[in-house]
Amino acid sequence: MATLRQRALDWIYRRPEAQAWALLGPGAFWLLAFFLVPILIMFVYSVMPRGIYGGVDRGFTLEHYARFFDPLYLEVLERTFLWSIACTVICLLLGYPVAYVIVRAGRWRNLLLFLVILPFWTSFLVRTFAMIFLMRDTGLINNWLLKLGIIDQSLTILYTPFAVMIGLVYGFLPFMVLPIYASLEKLDLSLLEAAEVLGARPSARFRRVTLPLSMPGVVAGCLLVFIPALGSFLTSDLLGGAKEMMIGNLVQNQFSAARNWPFGSAASFIVMALVLAAVMIYLRVKDQTPGGSALK
Amino acid sequence: MNERIPRWLIAVAALVYLFLHLPILVLVVFSFNSSKFSVDWTGFTLQWYYRLLQRPDILRGLKVSLIVGAAATVISAVLGTLIALALARHRFRGRRAFEGFLYVPIVTPEIVVGISLLILFALFKFPLGITTITIAHVAFCISFVVVVVLARLEGMDDNLEEAALILGADEITTFWKITVPQLWPGILAGALLAFTMSFDDFVITSFVSGSGSSTLPIVVYSMVRKNVEPSINAISTIILMVTAVLIYLADRLVRER
Amino acid sequence: MTAPPKGQPVVQFAGVSKTFADVKAVDNVSFDIHKGEFFSLLGPSGCGKTTTLRLLAGFEEPDEDGGEVRLLGQVVNKKRPYERRVAMVFQNYALFPHLTVAKNVSFGLEQRKTPKAEIGDRVRRALEMVRLKPDVFSGRLPSQLSGGQRQRVALARALVLEPAILLLDEPLGAIDLKLRKEMQLELKALNKQLGTTFIYVTHDQEEALTMSDRIAVMDNARVAQLGTPAEIYENPRTAFVAKFIGESNFFEGRVAERSNGQWVIRQANGQCFQVPNHPSLTEGREVRIAVRPEWMDVCGPDAVPPGENALAGVIREIIYLGETMHVIVTVPDAGDVTVAVRNEGQLIKPLQWKRGDPAAVAWLPEDCQVLEEA
Repeated sequence: MATLRQRALDWIYRRPEAQAWALLGPGAFWLLAFFLVPILIMFVYSVMPRGIYGGVDRGFTLEHYARFFDPLYLEVLERTFLWSIACTVICLLLGYPVAYVIVRAGRWRNLLLFLVILPFWTSFLVRTFAMIFLMRDTGLINNWLLKLGIIDQSLTILYTPFAVMIGLVYGFLPFMVLPIYASLEKLDLSLLEAAEVLGARPSARFRRVTLPLSMPGVVAGCLLVFIPALGSFLTSDLLGGAKEMMIGNLVQNQFSAARNWPFGSAASFIVMALVLAAVMIYLRVKDQTPGGSALK
Repeated sequence: MNERIPRWLIAVAALVYLFLHLPILVLVVFSFNSSKFSVDWTGFTLQWYYRLLQRPDILRGLKVSLIVGAAATVISAVLGTLIALALARHRFRGRRAFEGFLYVPIVTPEIVVGISLLILFALFKFPLGITTITIAHVAFCISFVVVVVLARLEGMDDNLEEAALILGADEITTFWKITVPQLWPGILAGALLAFTMSFDDFVITSFVSGSGSSTLPIVVYSMVRKNVEPSINAISTIILMVTAVLIYLADRLVRER
Repeated sequence: MTAPPKGQPVVQFAGVSKTFADVKAVDNVSFDIHKGEFFSLLGPSGCGKTTTLRLLAGFEEPDEDGGEVRLLGQVVNKKRPYERRVAMVFQNYALFPHLTVAKNVSFGLEQRKTPKAEIGDRVRRALEMVRLKPDVFSGRLPSQLSGGQRQRVALARALVLEPAILLLDEPLGAIDLKLRKEMQLELKALNKQLGTTFIYVTHDQEEALTMSDRIAVMDNARVAQLGTPAEIYENPRTAFVAKFIGESNFFEGRVAERSNGQWVIRQANGQCFQVPNHPSLTEGREVRIAVRPEWMDVCGPDAVPPGENALAGVIREIIYLGETMHVIVTVPDAGDVTVAVRNEGQLIKPLQWKRGDPAAVAWLPEDCQVLEEA
C-alpha cells in the first residue's frame, strides 16, 4: 500500500536524474522560451527583408548586414568599439587601485566594499541623471565654474563625446573593481613575504607577484566592463544626444522612429556576436592564466 | 603583510570613491533645494517630494513597478532556487552546458534582450503590459538568483541532511525542516537582488511595456527627457534609498553564517 | 574480553561490496556484531571503514550482487536511513545550526511522533547523561557551544532515541588530546551502562585498542583481521596489521627443517631462528614473521639466553623515549631492528650498550608471528 508520499519519496531517491530535470524544468523552460528563442527569432528577422510597416516580409536577404559597410554605420560601429575599449582601460586604471586598497583596508574592508557594491546595484538611470545634473549647461559644474570666475560662459559638457565617456566610466567602474577585489583577496600573502625575503622591492613585488596572480580578476573585470559598454544605450542616449550614436542607440532607433525591425535585429545581432566573441576570448585566456578557473 | 599602502594609492582610491559617490550626493542634496531652476542653494524644502505625491504618473508608475517587482521576484526566486538545487545536488548529462547557458543572460546586453522579447511578443500578437514586463524581468533575474543560492548551497554542510535522515526524517521532511531553513538567507538575498534589478530596470522594460503600463523608471526617463526639475531629484533620491536598504539587507544576509 | 554472547548478532555483514565508479570501496566484507559490543572499524584513510559505516547507516546501498546487510535479523539493503533503527554521531557533529540544543536533541523523537509530555523528560535525561546541565544548555544554539559541548549534544541527540545500535564516525577527531582521553572512557562507560551496541570508526589504533571489545582492521576495502584487541595486537596475521598496530620488526627466511618440534627458518645469510608449529609452514617455503620490539631483548653476541632466537648485528642508535629505550640494531638481511627496552633509569642504571657495539637481538620462538601473504 504505497501512499502518495511514499511514491514521491521513492521517486526522489531512485530516480535522481529525473528529479534533476524536474527541478530544472520550469526555470529552463522560462529561459528557453523567453531568452533563447526570442534571440533566435531576432536572428531570423535580421535576414528577412523589411515589410511595409517596418516589420518583416517573407524572404531571405543579407542587405541589412551589408548596410554596415556603409560609412555612416561603420562609424557607429567604430565609435562603439573604441569607446568601449577606452572605457575599459580607464576603468582598469581607476579600479585596480581601489580594489587594492580595499583588500589592504583591514577593518574598513566591509564598509569600503559596500560602498562599491552600492553603485553597482543602483539604478543606472538615476546615476546617469546625476551626471546630467552635474554636466548640463545650467548644471552644477558650470554653475560653480561661473561663480568662481574660472569661465565666463557655460562650457558645453553635456552632449559631447567627453560626457559620454565620463558617463560610461562612471557607470561601469564598480563592475571592474569587484572581480579584481575577489582575485586579490585570494592572493596568498606569504607569497609576497617570500618575495620580500628574496630581496624584491615593493614595485617589483607588485609587478612579478601581485599583478600576474590578479590577472584572472583583471580579465574578468575588463570583460564585465567591455561587454555592457558595447551594448550601452542609456549613457549615449542621455549624455550624448543624437550625434554620438552607439550601436545600442542605432538598435533602439530602428524599433521606434526608423521602423526597420530587420535592420535593428541585424544591428542587435552584431552586438550579440561581439559579446560572444569577447566571452570566448575570455574563456580561452582564463584557462591559460594561473589560477584562472578559480574566478567566475 | 603589514606594509603600509603608499600614500598616492590611497589618494587615488579616495578620489575614485569621491567620483563614484559625489554626483549621487549632489543629486540627493539638491532634491531639498527650494529653487526650481537655479542650481544655487536657496533653502531647504520638501515641496518636491510632496509634488511627487500629486503626480498621477509617478504614483501609477510606482504601483506598476511594485506589482511587477513582487511578481517577478517571487517567480524568479522559486525558479532560481529549484535550478540551484538541481545544480548543487545532481550530476546529469549536459550539466556543464546548462551552467554556461545560465550565465549568458548575465552578460547579454539589455538592448538585445529587450528587442528580442519585443519581437517575440509582436510575433505572437501578445499585448504589451504588466504581464510582458514581468515575463521579461523574470528572464533576466533567474540567473542572478541561481548564483546567490548556489553559493549558499555549496557552502552548506551536507552532513546536516544525513543527520536528519538518520534521525528519522524522510527526504521531504528533511528538505523542509533542514535544507530550506539553511538556504533561506540565500534565497532571501537572491530575492532582494531580483527585486532591486526589476525595480531599477529601464532598458528592457522600455521595449516590452505598453502605453498604459509604465514602470517608475520609464516615468522618470520621460521626466528627464522633458525638463529637468527638482522633482526628478526627489524621485531619484527615493529610488536610491530603497535600493540602498535592499542591498544592505541582501549584503547582511549573504554574510550570515 | 567477553565470553561468546548468546542469541543472534545484531549486525550481520555478509559478503558486502560497494563500488564507486569502478573502484571497490568495500570488497566482500563480512562480520557479525553482537548485542552490547563495542566494535571498532580501524584502518588508514581510504581503507573503506567509513563506507562500511555508511552502508550500515543506509547512506549507501550495497552493489546489486554485493551481499547482505542485516540489522536485528532483517535484511536492510534497500532500506533508507530513516527506516532503520540506528543512531549516528557524525565526525563534525552535524548539529542543526538553526535549532536550539533542546530542539536538536528532540528532533528524532519528534520524527517518531513521541508524545510531547514524554519528549521534554527524555531530552533532560539525555543531556544529563552526557553531563550537560539541561537548564544551562537547552536554550543555546550550537554556535554558542565549544567543540566538546557540541560533541556531547550530538551524542545526546543519538542516545535519546534509545537505539539498539549506535554508529560513531571518528567522533573524537577534532578534540584535543586530554579531552579525547576523557571522552573515550565516557563512551566506553556509556556502552556498558546502556547495553547499546557501539560501532566505532577510527584511524587511531590506540583509541581502538583502548575502547573496543573487538576490532575489524581494514585495509584496501577488505578486513585484514578481526579479533579482540589482544588478538590483534599480539597475534597480527598480516604484515599490514603488524605494521599498522603498534610497531613490528620483520624477518624473512626459508623453512629449512624441523628441530625439537619447531621449524627452523634459515635466512639468506645463513643465520637461523626457530618458529613453533604453524599450519602454513611447509618445508622449503618462504616465510615472513613479525616480532614486536617489546618482546625482544638486546644481549651480547655470545650471551644469548638458552631457548631464544638470536640474530647478530651492530648497534646503530639508542633513542631515549622516557618510559622505554629504543635500541636500533642493524642486522644483516633484516635491516634495522628496533628493540624496546624498559628504562630503569639511565642515570642510576644505564644501558651497557653504546653505538657501534656488536650485539644480538633475542626473542622467544613463541613470540614469532607468522604472517600471511599480502
